[in-house]
Amino acid sequence: MDFELSPQQAEFRDLIREFARRSIAPVAREWELSGRYPAEIVDEMKKMGLFGVLVPDEYGGSAVDAVSYAIVFEEISKAWMGIAGILGSHSLATWMLARYGTPGQRRRWLPGLATGEHRSGIALTEPGAGSDLQGISTVARRDGADYIVNGAKTWITNARHADLLPVLVKTDARAEPRHRGMSLLMIEAGTLGFSVGKDLDKLGYKGTESAEVFFTDCRVPVENLLGGEEGRGLQQALSALEFGRVNIAGRAVGVAQACLDRALDYARQRQAFGRPIADFQAIQLKLADMATEVQAARLLTWWAAAALDAGKRADLETGMAKLYASEICIKASLEAMRIHGGYGYSTEYDVERFYRDAPLMAIGEGTNDILRTVIARRLYRAHDEES
Amino acid sequence: MKIVVTVKQVPDPNSTQALESDNTLARDKEVVLDPGDECGIEEGLQLKEAHGGEVVLVSMGPERARDAIRKGLSMGADRGILITDEKLAGADALLTGRALAAAIKAESPDLVICATESYDGSTGMVPPILAELLGLPQLTFAKKVEVNGTNLKVNRQTADGYMVVEAAMPALITVTAAIAEPRYASLKGIMAARSKEVKQVSLQDLGVDGGGPAETIESVASAETRKAGSIIEDDGNAVDQIVKVLADAKVI
Ligand SMILES: Cc1cc2nc3c(=O)[nH]c(=O)nc-3n(C[C@H](O)[C@H](O)[C@H](O)COP(=O)(O)OP(=O)(O)OC[C@H]3O[C@@H](n4cnc5c(N)ncnc54)[C@H](O)[C@@H]3O)c2cc1C
Repeated sequence: MDFELSPQQAEFRDLIREFARRSIAPVAREWELSGRYPAEIVDEMKKMGLFGVLVPDEYGGSAVDAVSYAIVFEEISKAWMGIAGILGSHSLATWMLARYGTPGQRRRWLPGLATGEHRSGIALTEPGAGSDLQGISTVARRDGADYIVNGAKTWITNARHADLLPVLVKTDARAEPRHRGMSLLMIEAGTLGFSVGKDLDKLGYKGTESAEVFFTDCRVPVENLLGGEEGRGLQQALSALEFGRVNIAGRAVGVAQACLDRALDYARQRQAFGRPIADFQAIQLKLADMATEVQAARLLTWWAAAALDAGKRADLETGMAKLYASEICIKASLEAMRIHGGYGYSTEYDVERFYRDAPLMAIGEGTNDILRTVIARRLYRAHDEES
Repeated sequence: MKIVVTVKQVPDPNSTQALESDNTLARDKEVVLDPGDECGIEEGLQLKEAHGGEVVLVSMGPERARDAIRKGLSMGADRGILITDEKLAGADALLTGRALAAAIKAESPDLVICATESYDGSTGMVPPILAELLGLPQLTFAKKVEVNGTNLKVNRQTADGYMVVEAAMPALITVTAAIAEPRYASLKGIMAARSKEVKQVSLQDLGVDGGGPAETIESVASAETRKAGSIIEDDGNAVDQIVKVLADAKVI
């Protein structure tokens, strides 16, 4: 057993850490509060090749291992979790294209997405269906060489900046089981009948937009069906979410680590009753628990990522990592706020933002309760096999 | 155009520094590529992008200084040379200069780029020593560089502006941090750097005799702490008093 990063993984970490320290952290508080889009940061990320993290070399990407992928999200989120959102769903779209796209689809879209010249996201959730994806009502009806798409999606991160969106649709609304009638269509911005609605106002996770998306008699050529075969969409989306959970877990570890770092700094320097509050055992207990939980979450995340790298089915592992990391992240953000006293509640301190950003990780890429049901199902199966 | 950039691994400016018993800097700490050298590498890369050619990094240091070279390679430099030798432990500016000059001479570059001074030693002596040993014109404190054929033109930073200085290449320049904002490496750059050549050479390979450092550090003292400023209490004409202080200091 070896818990050391490889030299290359350590170099990736150092690079992203330096980038976050130099180019993200100094502007995070102000830009987040004002709701400004971090265009300059996006430009830097393009140059660094971050939009191509999961794109194979032959299409211009760097296709890093899943542990490195988790580290990229952790390091960025230490400075500003919203920035990680710009890369998150984009990278999942590229992963799906690389994994399931036809050769023509890969050649057509991956090179532009690898450099970030073209941007993407992933459109699954609808106003009436989130966890229950088989209950979506966006329909794609075949008409000659096209599909005609009608429906709406919501909470779609990066929608306004996306040049291309994989959209989960029903190509056969009567199919049984229902997922056999579900497909992913790659829909390009500018297609007639495709429009992006208003940016949704939200608690945290600012910087990147989350928006509604509408399809009204939107004509999409059959060549845009991911993989060229109907009925694969749900499975394609769900397997991408295994990577998604690693990126969410990475983000949660990053935010939790940042909470610990700030709390530690503050506790050493804040005086009460004639000494630093770090001298009080009540504060030490909190810091010790935070540090232990952050490290446990990080190791769980690397373990889940390593399972993906080994090419194993990793819904259990990635589910556990995302569940645990996001729960301890919420806890760490609250503890950091308590340690900061009244100042933690002030927008002049970063912990206020961490506290607003933390809950998202318990909701996105499968709510934690949904993941608990996935984990339990796997436990039962293993139990059945044993007995 | 062949460009050599000298690079050095230094203690991390973001961590606290300590001294060894012989008053040299403790180097067992976190170490990084000298931030000043990153600017030199950036300028080298920009010149290469504009005029073609090759950027070669040369460093003198222990085995682990390879990491500093590797960082420059992941920014886009083409290859590296690491001069490493037990006899170089504690080397002073002259010995460092002799070793670097021997390695650079073998490359016959058109341009040598150095930082004005290293972050840790800050003597600023290595570049002029190199220029002398290599027989090159030196153009120092460059904040802007233009290359036209074999002609080199730099804007040389001075206390109250800049001078325009020209020379024919081959030449050596020292650059200030104002020269260029260093780029981040890319993920692909990091991957590619692993297969780029870093040649390790000893003093014997270079035909340089060790000789030992000519310099020892007798004593070290802390810099004088900044004196507290004077406080002008507002008795109704504080503004006038402040204006006078500023005028006396020739700030306004
Ligand atoms: C900021 C933000 C960004 C987002 N970005 C995207 C995006 O880019 N693309 C995208 O497609 N979606 C995105 N989403 C949507 C997100 O994935 C969904 O909100 C999430 O999957 C939950 O779906 P829901 O909101 O419909 O909640 P519901 O599914 O309605 O769940 C409500 C509650 O019921 C519980 N629940 C539901 N079913 C069960 C069950 N069977 N057993 C036990 N409990 C259950 C849930 O755990 C939850 O507590 C985003 C959401 C947010 C807030």
